[in-house]
Amino acid sequence: MDTRDTPEQAELRRSARQLARELAAATVADLDDDRRAKRLAVAVRDAGWLELRDDGGDGRPLAGGVEAAIVADSLGGSVADVAFAGPVIARDLARRAGASYVGGMVVALSPDLRDAAVVPGAVTTTPIYAVDGDDHIDTAYVLVPEASGYRLAQVDFDGSLAASGADLTRRVRLIPPGTSVHPVAEQPRLLGHDDLAEWTALGLALMSADLVGVMRGVLAVSVAYAAERRQYDVPVGSFQAVQHLLAEACCLMEGSRSVSLHASWAVDNLAPDEARTACRVAKAYCARAARTVCETAVQVHGGIGNTWECIVHVYLRRALLSSQWFGDDADQLRELQCERLGTTDGLS
Amino acid sequence: MDFRDSPAEAEFRARFRAWLAENIPGLPTSSTDDEYWARQAEWHTALYDAGFFGLSWPARFGGHELPTVFDVILDEELAAAGASPRPSLGYLVQGISTHGSEAIKARFLPGLISGRERWCQGFSEPDAGSDLASLRTTATRDGDGYVIDGHKIWTSYSDVADWCLLLARTDPDVPKHKGLSAFVIAMDQPGIEQRPLRMMNGVTNEFGQVLFDAARVPAENMVGEPGEGWRLAMTIVSHEREPGELGYVARYAKTVKELEQTVSADPSAFRSDQREAVAWAYVQTEMLRLHVFRRLSERLDGVDHGPGGSIDKLLMTWVEQTVGSAALAVSGPQAVTDADDAELKVYLYSRAQSVMGGTSQIQKNIVATRILGLPTA
Repeated sequence: MDTRDTPEQAELRRSARQLARELAAATVADLDDDRRAKRLAVAVRDAGWLELRDDGGDGRPLAGGVEAAIVADSLGGSVADVAFAGPVIARDLARRAGASYVGGMVVALSPDLRDAAVVPGAVTTTPIYAVDGDDHIDTAYVLVPEASGYRLAQVDFDGSLAASGADLTRRVRLIPPGTSVHPVAEQPRLLGHDDLAEWTALGLALMSADLVGVMRGVLAVSVAYAAERRQYDVPVGSFQAVQHLLAEACCLMEGSRSVSLHASWAVDNLAPDEARTACRVAKAYCARAARTVCETAVQVHGGIGNTWECIVHVYLRRALLSSQWFGDDADQLRELQCERLGTTDGLS
Repeated sequence: MDFRDSPAEAEFRARFRAWLAENIPGLPTSSTDDEYWARQAEWHTALYDAGFFGLSWPARFGGHELPTVFDVILDEELAAAGASPRPSLGYLVQGISTHGSEAIKARFLPGLISGRERWCQGFSEPDAGSDLASLRTTATRDGDGYVIDGHKIWTSYSDVADWCLLLARTDPDVPKHKGLSAFVIAMDQPGIEQRPLRMMNGVTNEFGQVLFDAARVPAENMVGEPGEGWRLAMTIVSHEREPGELGYVARYAKTVKELEQTVSADPSAFRSDQREAVAWAYVQTEMLRLHVFRRLSERLDGVDHGPGGSIDKLLMTWVEQTVGSAALAVSGPQAVTDADDAELKVYLYSRAQSVMGGTSQIQKNIVATRILGLPTA
């Protein structure tokens, strides 16, 4: 038992954090700097991070859930406005189906964002969502149920649809009902229960890691502000009332980190259902913690923390999306009740 | 990063699991019942005699010199079996090991570790809680020993203790942190009176008050140098704040398991908020289990016991109080109609965790100033 990073993992963590710090937006105004955003996207692509879950040649992914989570944590820490988790989990699913991946695609999500969109017919009948894809993409994976598993299919949508959504750093596109579905060519394997359990585990682990990064980043911003902002002739961070809020946030972040490290390891090292349970535990904890930590950050920034110009709402907004994606804390707790208490009103 | 057991860890786990299956103590939950405290010594010596206690401590004092992760494996197996946690006295061992002379260690550690001699810790006083350094118990030199006068409180197991690790003022003329010394004092003597302290959940056997009236201790029983008492106290509290040292994860997991069994026996008898409280207690307990693993691994890099213990203490406190709230939620109206309700006692006991071993407010001060580097007023 040794939960420390290997030297390679430590180096990945160092370089991913550095890249995110250098190229992500430092201010809200920076988010509008398209050249910077493009440099960030190119850097993430050139680093090879989008391919971490591609086939390593033997059907296994090139890198583990741990490595993918290290990158997710690093990008979350700087609220990096670049597609990462979306493409990575799409490529993971394509690998499982043995399908060749088309650049920039994501897996469309169900209307509640808890799961991959499942489309039984030839056209979609509900709104579904393409989350965290590249700017230009106009196609997404969906799942088509068959007798003994799921087949990957594609929906093609209008690539000029404006992105919307709360998160200012990752794009959410609504794919309207009535969009037609067509098969993915060259797909040797159906996706079974274990594939989807492991894939869900990966998604939950990446979102948990992203939330840990968001907490670390927003806490650092808030601690720096509390040390600098003066009232009554002293830094507001010298008041115990403010100190205790930040101390609690620090503890929540550290606890989240511990539980999310295990989740990222579990993805490839526990049996599929156990891995998914471990990741639900992490997501439940991280989602609740991140909400509190980001709200604390807004409060510590006082009036300015409630303005558009203050960076903290970028963290809060990112936390809201990462919390919903694959189900929020209440969703995870409901699933855990099904597994551990024998209740039947769960989700899947 | 690997959360898996190494071959040696897996072998130990299997060996302990097999032993535990035959030797599970069947004690009630520690936080709710005097019977637990009455029989804790039995459990301690049973673990020790089978080679499962003091795993990470020096062999010459009765330990096994294994990495601390073995303690955590033991805790996991205790939790999985629904057994009582191991007695938590690692912080006393750490305090005596770090500050005591060879003679002190050789005389006292074997009995402490084996459970053949029982111990308590005399730090807190009625007027010295969070401000421990203001304590007023005095140790006055008299011939080849010291005379002790004062009043200690929150003294765990003082009713059964043979020895007390006592903090007393030996020099009233220096700043308060510098005038303290530590002693090992025999509890069985005319100058010491022990009174039980009844906690709000009714338990009387855990905590006591101890009155010292011209009690005597030989000078050679001083632990460390004169004036080293504060540093020894800091060593002890930094360990006392670590869930890995205390083995409390096993206690929380045992309670969560019992709550899960109660609910899963008839899920429809419980409202969704009651079930959610149990699921959240499970999530919190898992978090703490994994956090302990992470801390133990970090220690392999030489990251030592420092202010980080305050983060761990706060997390542990939140977990205990989440579990306590879940117990109250599951019990529902029974908690107020039955004075002996076990869940009510778990809940009431959990409220002490944010005070004992240093209040949550003191921990937050430490985290804010020493970890986050916020300015002091």
